[in-house]
Amino acid sequence: MARIELSEIAHSYVPRPGEESEYALKKINNVWEDGAACALLGPSGCGKTTLLNIVSGLLTPSRGRVLFDGRDVTTLRAEKRNIAQVFQFPVLYDTMSVYDNLAFPLRNRGINETRVRDRVLEIAEVLELTSFIGKRAAGLAADAKQKISLGRGLVRSDVAAILFDEPLTVIDPQLKWHLRRKLKEIHEKLKLTFIYVTHDQMEALTFADQVAVMYEGEIVQVGSPQDLFENPEHRFVGYFIGSPGMNFLECTIDGKVAHVDGADIRLDEKTAAKGLEAGGKLELGIRPMYLEVHGKPGENRVEAGVRMVEDLGSYKIVTLRLAGRTLKASLSDDQPVPEKRAWLHFPPKWTRLFADGWRIK
Amino acid sequence: MEKWSNNKAWLLVLPVFVIVAFSAIIPLMTVINYSVQDILAPGQKVFVGTEWYREMLGDYRLHEALWRQFLFSGLVLLIEMPLGILIALAMPKKGWGVSVCLVTIALPLLIPWNTIGTIWFIFTRPDIGLLGAGMNNWLGIAFDHTANPLDAWITVMMMEVWHWTPLVALLAYAGLRAIPEAYYQAARIDGASAWSTFLFIQLPKMRGVLTIAFLLRFMDSFLIYAEPFVLTGGGPGNSTTFLSIYLVKIALLQFDLGPGGAFSLIYFVIVLLFSFIFYQALQRVGKGEKV
Amino acid sequence: MKGKKKVAGLVIYFILLLIPIYWMLNMSLRSNADILASFALYPKNMTFMNYMKIFTDSSWYMGYVNSIIYVAMNTVISLFVALPAAYAFSRYQFVGDKQMFFWLLTNRMAPAAVFALPFFQLYSTVGLLDTHIAVALAHCLFNVPLAVWILEGFMSGIPREIDETAFIDGYSFPRFFITIFIPLIRAGVGVTAFFCFMFSWVELLLARTLTVTAAKPISAIMTRTISATGLDYGLLAAAGVLTIVPGAMVIWFVRNHMAKGFALGRV
Repeated sequence: MARIELSEIAHSYVPRPGEESEYALKKINNVWEDGAACALLGPSGCGKTTLLNIVSGLLTPSRGRVLFDGRDVTTLRAEKRNIAQVFQFPVLYDTMSVYDNLAFPLRNRGINETRVRDRVLEIAEVLELTSFIGKRAAGLAADAKQKISLGRGLVRSDVAAILFDEPLTVIDPQLKWHLRRKLKEIHEKLKLTFIYVTHDQMEALTFADQVAVMYEGEIVQVGSPQDLFENPEHRFVGYFIGSPGMNFLECTIDGKVAHVDGADIRLDEKTAAKGLEAGGKLELGIRPMYLEVHGKPGENRVEAGVRMVEDLGSYKIVTLRLAGRTLKASLSDDQPVPEKRAWLHFPPKWTRLFADGWRIK
Repeated sequence: MEKWSNNKAWLLVLPVFVIVAFSAIIPLMTVINYSVQDILAPGQKVFVGTEWYREMLGDYRLHEALWRQFLFSGLVLLIEMPLGILIALAMPKKGWGVSVCLVTIALPLLIPWNTIGTIWFIFTRPDIGLLGAGMNNWLGIAFDHTANPLDAWITVMMMEVWHWTPLVALLAYAGLRAIPEAYYQAARIDGASAWSTFLFIQLPKMRGVLTIAFLLRFMDSFLIYAEPFVLTGGGPGNSTTFLSIYLVKIALLQFDLGPGGAFSLIYFVIVLLFSFIFYQALQRVGKGEKV
Repeated sequence: MKGKKKVAGLVIYFILLLIPIYWMLNMSLRSNADILASFALYPKNMTFMNYMKIFTDSSWYMGYVNSIIYVAMNTVISLFVALPAAYAFSRYQFVGDKQMFFWLLTNRMAPAAVFALPFFQLYSTVGLLDTHIAVALAHCLFNVPLAVWILEGFMSGIPREIDETAFIDGYSFPRFFITIFIPLIRAGVGVTAFFCFMFSWVELLLARTLTVTAAKPISAIMTRTISATGLDYGLLAAAGVLTIVPGAMVIWFVRNHMAKGFALGRV
């Protein structure tokens, strides 16, 4: 088990990188605590897999250090790192039985056969693989195969962390849920550090206690699922998490009021004051579920046009037009939706201000 | 993959069937026809039943040629398969080196078969060949493939390995390239040695292409004709008279069409039988997931 | 360190691969008298005499032209008939499909020597003897099965949803096949064409049997120098070198296709 620390990690696939755009990872500082269930969330091509391969030792970073429990392992090779990795699709030794697959990492480390046997059977039990332990691994279903890949990591009693690289990609939708629950269960039982890479926010938010959001080679925010939802540090987090994502409106500040092309929106005093200090491009952001939609004018309400209503069963998504911009609001099922005209209220508590993409705190 | 069931697909296969049948079935019929007749003169034939088959099956020169052929094909497979795999493993995975390697390796495959014979004929002659003259004059080893049967065998084997190992290498390389990177990464994390990686990942994943390579090499080496014919003409004596060379001697040079036809069919059946057995056996060995 | 060993091994292999070819090149640049008089590692009195002879004598150079014509014809015919058939094998199940596939493959196992004489009779009966098309058709015997086999592999790698979508969108089969499907397996077509070219170019026995003068391949003309008394090594070597050139050119042009086709993993 280990606490994993990344210090000033940068990586480029180009031999002598010059510009910043040539870096797949720009500057990563991050700590994963021992025994935590963490997720690394981001769109394809943001550098998630690169970062994962640096942690597992399959890649050596161009700059920076990787520390396990304070020990520098940056140049240590993958097999020496006590790390296990589960890949996007099941990686198995086709010609071996399930038992031999699970025993393989132990045998490679010269562990004696009786201990191998005990350990393999124990892990097979945990993963519910006992019933086909003697079968050839190649003939099994995708979810069993992924469990075997995971098992090859778990058998090693010294394993510090298990890395998952989008492990549910090839699993049938009905089984995804089952396997994810199994992973949680194993995490609680064995208290290993789990790092779970995915581009699916549902998977990340339900699996992990702590989620790191990556965007263009940087970690833009680390936090609990709730944190990411309520207090996105970066415009990208607001946009990427939640469905639909956060609404953004370009604005200027005047006193306590934000001007959005003629429409005035009241902010709370602290936010407004900080917004005045901050330079750069200012944007106002609000989650669709916090945007209030009323049928009548009132105090601190701005007029908007109703463009479209989508009924999603338990809630409705309303598309609105405010001062030439499109906004989305999500309304509970029983709330009436005004026709044509609506009056919007931005609760100051949930209205955030961003300067050049970063939230003003 | 579940396939659509549709007999109209035959329409798509029909052109292939017609074109191959034209070149395969009619000549095959002709050969069968020869094999049961004695052709005394054009237009003068006598039906002789299985006589030619009995004669050919009892022909000791055919037996010799057959054992020679088995020894040759066995050695070919034993040398070329491991060597080809080894070369494929050594080839670069990316960069400009890939094209250079592919082009160089494929070169012998694109040389007409009798030119291959010619190259080695010139290369190994004791008077003007680099190898022949080198062995005799510099190393002091008497080497003459035109006089010594063992030297002739060595020369034919060298030529065959030189000519066809590239095919095995190319196919093995294609198989290696198809293995996803994650397998190697998993093997590293599991602490597998290079040998284990080869045994448990590379070899099983190459099974499909290696089956093809094995069968192609078996068939083609069993049918070899032009290269040894040009190089040694089947000699010295009969020491490199392989089945095809003997067949051509009977059928074309002596113009014994009856025995030649019977021989051809026996030959065909042997190749078919062994290819089928090998195919079945290779399918069973390590039957696993397809790449 | 291990990487260095690999490179060293590969370099040694390549040297061994190229030496016999170099030796023939060396011979081709010397006169026959020079070759027989002295042993030399490189041509000291370099002469292009042998090549001049080949390029000025039409009975020599027409051999190359003939070979190229029937090889090109064979490659086109093989691809043309093999493409739809490979599609049928990769997508459909039909009565006798497995038997048909196996039968096709058995044709690669028939010794060319077996068929030489019946071929001669067959093609003289239909009046095609000594034509390019005769050799091209005869070579289909072993090239078409191979082409079907290779193409089937590439086609099976293309998800069937693509076909379904196209048919739903109202594409007719020929239009779908030509404008959508074939471009998808371009690399596979390239690899197949390469193999067809290769096997047709290197085959000698059938090509020689089916031709007399008008379509005689270069490889058959070369054998003249062998049977003649007092072998002309220089001329033989020059002719040999020239038979390598078209093949070498073809691999050079398809090298990137090959790398790509091979990366797809199915050959």
